[in-house]
Amino acid sequence: MTNILKLAALALITLFAAMAANFAHDLAYKVNALLIMLVAGGLFIWVLRNTDETRATRDLSGEYMDGVIRFGVTATAFWGVVGFLAGVFIAFQLAFPGLNFEWAQGYLNFGRLRPLHTSAVIFAFGGNALIATSFYVVQRTSAVRLWGGNLAWFVFWGYNLFIVMAALSYVLGGSQSKEYAEPEWYIDLWLTVVWVAYLAVFLGTILHRKERHIYVANWFYLSFIVTVAMLHVVNNLSVPVSLFGSKSVQVFAGVQDAMTQWWYGHNAVGFFLTAGFLGMMYYFVPKQAEKPVYSYKLSIIHFWALIFLYIWAGPHHLHYTALPDWASTLGMVFSVILWMPSWGGMINGLMTLSGAWDKLRTDPVIRMMVIAIGFYGMSTFEGPMMSIRPVNSLSHYTDWTIGHVHSGALGWNGMITFGALYFLVPKLWAKERLYSLSMVSWHFWLATIGIVLYAASMWVTGIMEGLMWREVDANGFLVNSFADTVAAKFPMYVVRGLGGVMYLSGAIIMCVNLFLTVKKAPAVDTANGLVPAE
Amino acid sequence: MSDDLKEKHGTTGHSWDGIEELNTPLPRWWLWTFYACIFWGICYSIAMPAWPLIKGATPGILGFSTRGEVAERIAEVESANAGINAQLAAADLTQIPNDPQLNGYAVSAGAAVFKTWCAQCHGSGAAGAVGFPNLLDDDWLWGGSIQDVYTTITHGIRNETDPEARYSQMPAFGTDGLLEEGDIDAVVNYVMSLSEEPRDATLVPRGAEVFAENCVTCHGENAKGLREQGAPNLTDAIWLYGGDYATIRQTVEKARFGVMPAWGQRLSEAQVRAVATYVHQLGGGE
Repeated sequence: MTNILKLAALALITLFAAMAANFAHDLAYKVNALLIMLVAGGLFIWVLRNTDETRATRDLSGEYMDGVIRFGVTATAFWGVVGFLAGVFIAFQLAFPGLNFEWAQGYLNFGRLRPLHTSAVIFAFGGNALIATSFYVVQRTSAVRLWGGNLAWFVFWGYNLFIVMAALSYVLGGSQSKEYAEPEWYIDLWLTVVWVAYLAVFLGTILHRKERHIYVANWFYLSFIVTVAMLHVVNNLSVPVSLFGSKSVQVFAGVQDAMTQWWYGHNAVGFFLTAGFLGMMYYFVPKQAEKPVYSYKLSIIHFWALIFLYIWAGPHHLHYTALPDWASTLGMVFSVILWMPSWGGMINGLMTLSGAWDKLRTDPVIRMMVIAIGFYGMSTFEGPMMSIRPVNSLSHYTDWTIGHVHSGALGWNGMITFGALYFLVPKLWAKERLYSLSMVSWHFWLATIGIVLYAASMWVTGIMEGLMWREVDANGFLVNSFADTVAAKFPMYVVRGLGGVMYLSGAIIMCVNLFLTVKKAPAVDTANGLVPAE
Repeated sequence: MSDDLKEKHGTTGHSWDGIEELNTPLPRWWLWTFYACIFWGICYSIAMPAWPLIKGATPGILGFSTRGEVAERIAEVESANAGINAQLAAADLTQIPNDPQLNGYAVSAGAAVFKTWCAQCHGSGAAGAVGFPNLLDDDWLWGGSIQDVYTTITHGIRNETDPEARYSQMPAFGTDGLLEEGDIDAVVNYVMSLSEEPRDATLVPRGAEVFAENCVTCHGENAKGLREQGAPNLTDAIWLYGGDYATIRQTVEKARFGVMPAWGQRLSEAQVRAVATYVHQLGGGE
């Protein structure tokens, strides 16, 4: 019976997608409609071929659901390399504009590839890492199998379908031009469905937990899932121009639209890239260090302070614009107060290593996690500083912002994810250890030096161009034209690109190492059974 | 050390997948810095416009506004330069170079205007680009005296906003069917022959005839151009759009229509005079 319903639904979706592709007003929409048609059609055939198969009914409730996490880990590594590669390429496009090839205009020029890079690293790499680790952590710390059966598989495949649709859409020109929220309305709707399913799986697992208390990592994951849902829906409120086209019109206009966008944009950083990844840290750091979390009190205070304060800090992206001064002041005040709550996570992470500092020498995975926490602390100090209005008048619109974002993204999000992947792969594939620790060391140093080159060059060029823009002579006249500042940045752009190459090389070494771990590392016989709850 | 911490503070008495939590109190320095930030935030939001009310927001006791700050700084610079700006606006253009103080001011002010408004087309070094004249050489379309440069900047070229804009239009000899295909080919070769080797030397005599019948009104009998029409000199190997066969052919067939805005409508009199002085002293001024 359910199979018949499934077949009917899939047939309808396939049919509608075919019609949508036929009536499509633009290329991005047409290609995505064809993609949906192929996916739904393929699923239709797959379900049809399996209708009469008898299913093995085995009670799985005593085992963790790790298959979907293995896929998530693989997708994280894959999208990471894709996103870093896109980043390296567009970095060199800025240094050498000839790389915006004439034959690829309208597809592979900087403007089209830039959102591809940001979405690939934040949503594809970061998002898959968050989904995979949250599924892993919530099962282990709740001592229960993921709730919802195959819903977790729907979340994984649905989320990755969202990524592919978004990526195709950017390259073909379908974008609503909101930073980090570029996907058009139909992709947004799909993500909303997937995200509700994600919330259901995560919350369902927590509600069915065997542990009496909810572990701190899960507070962070849950706040990330709930807040991102809210941000995504509000910032993407728009009216499609046609059911068969990408274009839509935002419901907010002017400065209200800008404010909504940066309320979203800043909290995408706050809840996606901070809260979610703190959830990761709170599980993997104590596990890898085999030490207790430093302070329960600190975790509870900094958690609530962080999620209360972050949501107000968005206006600091709009200093010296049409935004009223009062909103800009409040954004700055909340950003500065946010400094200590952010550092609470750093203290808890670093101090968890008390008594295990010697492991820094022997365990490159711990080293990776520690440098991640270090970069987290650095960029959460830099952020509040840059939100101070007079500082911002120098830093805004310069490469300093790019450097800040990347010290957070490459240093914190990237490194903590690499640490988690190195922890997870041997566990998930039942291996005794990683294939090679010296490859982890290589990865560590390449990535670290790469980040230093990246961040330092962007600090230099950012502050330089900020000073050049405001440089006036004795009579109060501007000294430099915009093109002069662009020309002056060239050497730093090359250094930045080289930093990116090093970071990418490290990630490729990681992929090889993880692949060889799965293929060649000695196996270990671990039961997948639930740990007993206390 | 963490074993010491464990002895000292104990744990919360719970374990998740083997992870325990210590009952360490909040670090003092952390807590006091957090309080200090909150205290600072309260003070700052009293000093600055901050809290939204039903209508408007609290203005802040310092009376600060970002717009006010900018307006204040602009007013400062303008009042500091008011005297010399008035002097510049009233000066005889040709006499500016003789007044070292006024000239120095005009050149630095003009350079800033140029970098803000002109560099986009003419380049930050004023060397021009395809379709946008080089202002460093002595090859002028509409004249290179300070007065000519000033008029060009004030009224612009072929724009639709200033009736006094410099205006002329080359006919599109191909598109409008004014010349036969063979004649176009010939005249292009003739024009090439004026400054370098033509593509096909046998067509040059025929091209000269076509030129004499169609082009001399603007470009002159010796093809040295006519500034009243903004018609370029075709003999000096300096090209606005390009001197190769294909580009000259495109110019003859479809004509060109370069536009420049009327800066008199956007900039102050002193700014226009300043940028005219700046351009004039770049090297090609007459």
